[in-house]
Amino acid sequence: MNNPISDRSLFVKAFYGLLLRDLRVISRELAPFLLRVGMQPLLFLFVFTYIMPRMAGGSPMASTAGPGFGTVLLPGLMAVAIMFCGIAAVALPLSTEFGSTREIDDRVMCPVPVAAVALEKVVFSALQSIVAAGLVIPMAIWIPASPVYPDLHRWPLMAIVLVLSSLLAGALGLAIGSSVSPRHIGLVFSILVVPITFLGCVYYPWAYLDKIRWLQIAVLLNPIVYICEGLRSAVTPQVHSMPVWIVLPALVVFLAILGRLGLRAFLRRVIS
Amino acid sequence: MIVEIEALTKVYEGKQRVVAVDGIDLEVKEGEIFGLLGPNGAGKTTTIGVATTRTLPTSGKVRINGIDVVDQPARARRSIGVVPQFNTLDRSLTIFENLYYHCRYFGFSHAQARDRSDQLLAQFLLTERRKAFPAQLSGGLAQRVQIARAIAHRPTVLFLDEPSAGLDPQSRLAMWTAVQSLRKDGITVLLTTHYMEEADALSDRVAIVDHGRLLALGSPQKLKDTFGAQTIIQLTLRQTDQLAALAAELATRSGVQNIETLDDGLRLFTTGAEGLLPDLIQSAARLGLRDIAINEPSLETVFIHLTGRDLRE
Ligand SMILES: Nc1ncnc2c1ncn2[C@@H]1O[C@H](COP(=O)(O)OP(=O)(O)O)[C@@H](O)[C@H]1O
Ligand SMILES: [Mg+2]
Repeated sequence: MNNPISDRSLFVKAFYGLLLRDLRVISRELAPFLLRVGMQPLLFLFVFTYIMPRMAGGSPMASTAGPGFGTVLLPGLMAVAIMFCGIAAVALPLSTEFGSTREIDDRVMCPVPVAAVALEKVVFSALQSIVAAGLVIPMAIWIPASPVYPDLHRWPLMAIVLVLSSLLAGALGLAIGSSVSPRHIGLVFSILVVPITFLGCVYYPWAYLDKIRWLQIAVLLNPIVYICEGLRSAVTPQVHSMPVWIVLPALVVFLAILGRLGLRAFLRRVIS
Repeated sequence: MIVEIEALTKVYEGKQRVVAVDGIDLEVKEGEIFGLLGPNGAGKTTTIGVATTRTLPTSGKVRINGIDVVDQPARARRSIGVVPQFNTLDRSLTIFENLYYHCRYFGFSHAQARDRSDQLLAQFLLTERRKAFPAQLSGGLAQRVQIARAIAHRPTVLFLDEPSAGLDPQSRLAMWTAVQSLRKDGITVLLTTHYMEEADALSDRVAIVDHGRLLALGSPQKLKDTFGAQTIIQLTLRQTDQLAALAAELATRSGVQNIETLDDGLRLFTTGAEGLLPDLIQSAARLGLRDIAINEPSLETVFIHLTGRDLRE
């Protein structure tokens, strides 16, 4: 046509431009970003693996808390950090950008398929999730009374689980951000995100739920379970975890479902 | 043709079925400023929405530069610049960054985007505000930034939806100047408005739309010559029982070409108010003349002629 740039090279450049824009915006609020992702794992590790173990037997948590608990907690806290980023990096900004200001309009009008704008949001959120999950590891080494060392021998598995989980969190954020108004986003956080996190085998391995069989089966519908179990088998193989051949396909399936839902909701908001 | 709209319809299915666009045909030529004039709810925004790939048509076709907007929306967007009805500047970016990243979205390199943004800031007299954030700008300035951003990637056609809605008169004039200066760059403009002065002042050609239909099309002068070379005098009366008699009486006055009877008065289509007024007032006084409104020949009188309604109603 009259434009010499080929479609594919334009796609790459536009996508890169969208990423640059998000990087610029986050660079303005680096401190809030770090506090946001760091505070929860910091406090958790401090209370349960530093304070609790020092309390003589009187603590009801004493039997489970301690070095063992720290090891159980590490992948769980990484999972929470990943989920939290998906919400904070996609759902919250998207919800306002779709809101009264409709700031997303200019990006939607860029010369690539509209789905690419949604994809960029998910990818950018995934990058943040990976950084956030990485931040948890040094904390787990330094804070607990007895350090928790992740086993990084299985790094290819860890990389795959991290990437899938981070994209999954971004897709969930896309679905929430595109369908919930800014006014209700806090509510969705309390009635959806908090419960699936608490019931997502973050603070205990899934296998330990065998005493409560109905719950063990019910939580299989919760994608966070697979994120935690996947990270467990990658980072702390000494703790019993779900087999990889279940975890990875489950992550892929949930990513496909949430990605589709998120994209549908996004397109509905953008094209009338 | 830069913009071709063929038999366009858009129906919003919902609790209430709304036919927003009801068979519109339009062509916008290269380099012209084209005005879509109509009251609120006429379907202007919906028409622009389809042409800018944001609304899916129920039927009909729109081509931009020969590219079908439904089949190849991403490609069509390369040729399109849009200033929507509301301020959609990126609140998290400065004015300069709004322009810069817009260029990046369109594939510009860092240096190209930086130079183009600087040049636009200068062209639109915004250089001093380059570090400001959109929330710190007045409506008029924000509108100028939006226009600068919309043309940053050098589109062939710029869509402006109600560009002067909410602007004070001074900012409106500045905006008009900015739009007229686009002609130099060879940018085709399609703007919507419900201000007839705006359509008259800016457009080479105007299409008058109402209820999703196109009522008339042509240069402002041609429209006035064809439909509204008349001065419309509207009399609002207290007593309405003898309207017909009064109408019959006034119809005989020289200069009165046509009379319409309204609920609370009469609408006279005349060759001019001068000379006629004293006589009219005297005759109408019998029925308790409450108000008299005079519309000199304008796109307003064209619209009244075509629809029997005021643009503002
Ligand atoms: N998304 C929508 N859903 C339902 N009805 C709509 C939607 N957008 C516009 N309409 C209706 O379509 C008609 C035309 O609207 P619009 O194109 O915005 O007119 P204009 O821009 O000329 O004021 C109006 O009756 C409006 O209420
Ligand atoms: Mg409108």
